[in-house]
Amino acid sequence: MAFWVLALVAVVSGALVFKVDSMARATYALAASFVAVGLQVLLLGLSYIGVITVLMMIMEMAIMAVYMIMYMGMNPALMPMNMVHGKRTAAVTSGAVFLALTAGILLAPWPGRSGDSDPDPTAALGEALMGSKMLVMIIVSAVLLATIIAALVLALPRGRYDRFGSDLRCRPPTDPQPGGVGR
Amino acid sequence: MTLQLVLIVAAALFCVGLYGALSQQVVVMVMMGLELMINGVILAAVGFYWFVSPTPTAQVVLLVVIAAMTVEMAMGFAVATLLHRSRNSDMTDMATDLSG
Repeated sequence: MAFWVLALVAVVSGALVFKVDSMARATYALAASFVAVGLQVLLLGLSYIGVITVLMMIMEMAIMAVYMIMYMGMNPALMPMNMVHGKRTAAVTSGAVFLALTAGILLAPWPGRSGDSDPDPTAALGEALMGSKMLVMIIVSAVLLATIIAALVLALPRGRYDRFGSDLRCRPPTDPQPGGVGR
Repeated sequence: MTLQLVLIVAAALFCVGLYGALSQQVVVMVMMGLELMINGVILAAVGFYWFVSPTPTAQVVLLVVIAAMTVEMAMGFAVATLLHRSRNSDMTDMATDLSG
């Protein structure tokens, strides 16, 4: 029963994200969808993953709300919006993908459960990450570091090439507002 | 609750997200669609963990999916910032320079 309620909340609030007429409501709807999925993860025995999913998504939605207010140039709670393109193509495509996925799900011969879950899945995950699956964590760490650097490079308003020229030899740097002692 | 039911709910989430990612014009809304798609992938992976292979390996796969979601969010916000700075816009239709 709990699974059905959460499934309904997840899918309906997911659909509401693209139906409601303000950014703020869309953000809340997406947060509700994520919390419902996080609770389903908890229901399926993965307490650690469920909790980090819920926490991460709440933080992410908070950041997303800030971005909307910064970039949309409007009151996100009050301003109606309808900024879509190719609505019909998108609906047909996603409907066709859903039908194909559902057919595959219902027709595939899924294997049965192999073995029992660990009594403490979180401890088992920790031991796996610090043992046989450490390479995965090492690669994820490098990817996350690369993401931080790439995001900074993209979001930086003026980098060193803007200031010192393409050969980095321009002195003094071309800044809109000169700084330093000698100004 | 069976594996098939969990996977159908996951497929519904994925397709709702696909609709959003294809139809929305605002970069942040496109990101919301992508997030919903990854949400569906997370639910499907948890279903596989519970009904097929309740091992730590399945949990590690889930962590990788969540890390992918984090990367998507960070890069999406960075691109939104760059787009807003260079074009003073947050619409995908204003950034079609590379479209054939």
